Amino acid sequence: MLNINNLKASVEGKEILKGINLEVKAGEVHAIMGPNGSGKSTLASVLAGREEYEVDGGDVTFQNDDLLELSPEDRARKGVFLAFQYPVEIPGVSTTNFLKTAVNQVREYRGLDALDAVSFLSIMKEKMKLVEIDQSLLSRPLNEGFSGGEKKRNEIFQMAMLEPSLSILDETDSGLDIDALRIVANGVNKLKSKDNATIVVTHYQRLLDYIVPDYVHVLYNGKIVKSGSKELAMELEEKGYDWIKEEANSVV
Amino acid sequence: MSHQVDKNINQLFIDKFSDFENQLNGQKALPIHDLRKKALIKFKELGIPNTHEEYKYTNFKKALSKNFTFNQLFKNNDDASISQSDYLINELEGNVLVFINGQFSEDASHFNNNEIDIKPLTKAYSENPNAITKHFGNLYKDNEDSYALLNSTFCNNGVFAQIGKNKIVNTPIIIYNISDASKDEAISFPRNLIIAESGSQSSVIEVFSTIGEKNSFSNAVNEITIDENAILNYYKILDETEHVYHIGLTQASQKKNSTINAHSYTFGGGIIRNNLHIEQEGENCTTNMFGLYLLNGNSHVDNHTEVDHKKPNSYSNELYKGILDEKSTGVFNGKIFVRKEAQKTNAFQSNKNILLTDEATVNSKPQLEIWADDVKCSHGCTTGQMDEEALFYLRSRGIDKDKARAMLLYAFSIDVLKNVTIEPLKKYLDHIIALRFNQNEL
Repeated sequence: MLNINNLKASVEGKEILKGINLEVKAGEVHAIMGPNGSGKSTLASVLAGREEYEVDGGDVTFQNDDLLELSPEDRARKGVFLAFQYPVEIPGVSTTNFLKTAVNQVREYRGLDALDAVSFLSIMKEKMKLVEIDQSLLSRPLNEGFSGGEKKRNEIFQMAMLEPSLSILDETDSGLDIDALRIVANGVNKLKSKDNATIVVTHYQRLLDYIVPDYVHVLYNGKIVKSGSKELAMELEEKGYDWIKEEANSVV
Repeated sequence: MSHQVDKNINQLFIDKFSDFENQLNGQKALPIHDLRKKALIKFKELGIPNTHEEYKYTNFKKALSKNFTFNQLFKNNDDASISQSDYLINELEGNVLVFINGQFSEDASHFNNNEIDIKPLTKAYSENPNAITKHFGNLYKDNEDSYALLNSTFCNNGVFAQIGKNKIVNTPIIIYNISDASKDEAISFPRNLIIAESGSQSSVIEVFSTIGEKNSFSNAVNEITIDENAILNYYKILDETEHVYHIGLTQASQKKNSTINAHSYTFGGGIIRNNLHIEQEGENCTTNMFGLYLLNGNSHVDNHTEVDHKKPNSYSNELYKGILDEKSTGVFNGKIFVRKEAQKTNAFQSNKNILLTDEATVNSKPQLEIWADDVKCSHGCTTGQMDEEALFYLRSRGIDKDKARAMLLYAFSIDVLKNVTIEPLKKYLDHIIALRFNQNEL
């Protein structure tokens, strides 16, 4: 589904990703872990098409398309979804209107008819249940005044509505208490299928207790320095990142 | 050379006064005429501001000299060619007074005096000469504003409205100032006197609109008195083209425990200057000022607001927002005075601008002068581009760039609209904003 080949990227002239290789197949969950500043969020942002990042080399193929050639909206329409680490508050834009516009633009791109108000609402109700989000949040302006947990839940709700094939969760666990974490993780798990894939970007192992990865990759200094199974995450939790840094630095 | 032009335009207005007097007929004998003559004397002394600090960014002088002959200054026009559908706001009901090039249009107006004493100013000159002379020019007598003086000199008509004690009036007063510039340039000097007596509640909507492609110039003055415990909602709406030059002063005086909610919407115009001056003469006054300007082309819109807190325990809140596209220019100047006696004043001001091109500009200047020591005042002004982070957020959900941009600009604008309490008016404004940002299908 996703093939990242020697991806290099920089922001404001500073090189951050220094040659990332990663293959993600349908049905898989990949965790990207790593110490602060290792480039995890940059990777998520580059995949979603954030414009302040400059791609300096390499290529990314997503379902036979050159992902890096696509605008952010076209990536979303083709099925890439980024759950933001810091979802943006947008006063004046109602959550429901925003979602209806998004869903219908995505449907139009995929050659489907626009949803009318009734069918949109019924799908919304169904997905709301799935991710345990309250109607009262959705009648408010987009993320305005939402708590950290509410914002993250809204991200997963949007993911449920847009039905992406590749979801990238950028530090979705940050700022969540354990209950909120469980609700968010449950939502993600319910949306998982053999046809879609998930990349979980996180600093801590605890989210991975709930969203169990098939593969764990450690990102350090802009490169994936170690890959393994979910046991690698346990090991990192126990020993921290220093041994990874030492190993990586000694190779250089 | 420019000095020559200056001299000419001032002299032109002075010379026109005798023509004006000649067509006033019997009105020359009314006490109002003495006030006109007094205003002319002061105008002669001051002239139209050229390099004055208050008009630093908005110099009408050149524009007036260049674009107007003023030959049409006091010509009677036939308003037969103008259809009401050209300017009436849909579904907005009220006491409607229509003025075409400053002249009262009896046919197009409909109002009743059941709840409010309301009439064209010309009628009030003869029926209530004392009320007129008591209020006329009274509120800005210390204000050396040449444009207001020019209005006092040449004003002939407008609205006189007196909202009686404790009257709660749900029907708004709607004043349509229509410039008919279809055949020739249009010039008008509208003048309104609004007196909200104690305990009354009412709304005044002032709409400026130009029909035709020739240039129009309107110089308007509103004097508003708000007595104790009264509430007045005042709306000013300009949806104009680049052929339109307008300068307007709204001067309000608030007594104890009174409230004014002043709204200003400007959707274009050649050069527009809105002066809003509010004086809190009593304790416990509330002043809300909301403004929105959405500009494109070469429009130049200048909002000068001033709230003067003179007594304790009062409140003012101001929110002005603007979106400037293409080569448009915006000016915001917000003065807040808190006098020594006005302890426990709370005053807030915010001006936010979005520039959509490199050629659009805004000059935003908050001006707080505080003599009291126990007050809470805050102000903030921001001028920037679109919020890129918000734009990316919407795009990352599959919404195309243009649509995402439009959604954000619409949202930025309607933030001001939520304070409009008259539903059909809100709908009308929302519609203009939505059209501007292609949001009509939402």
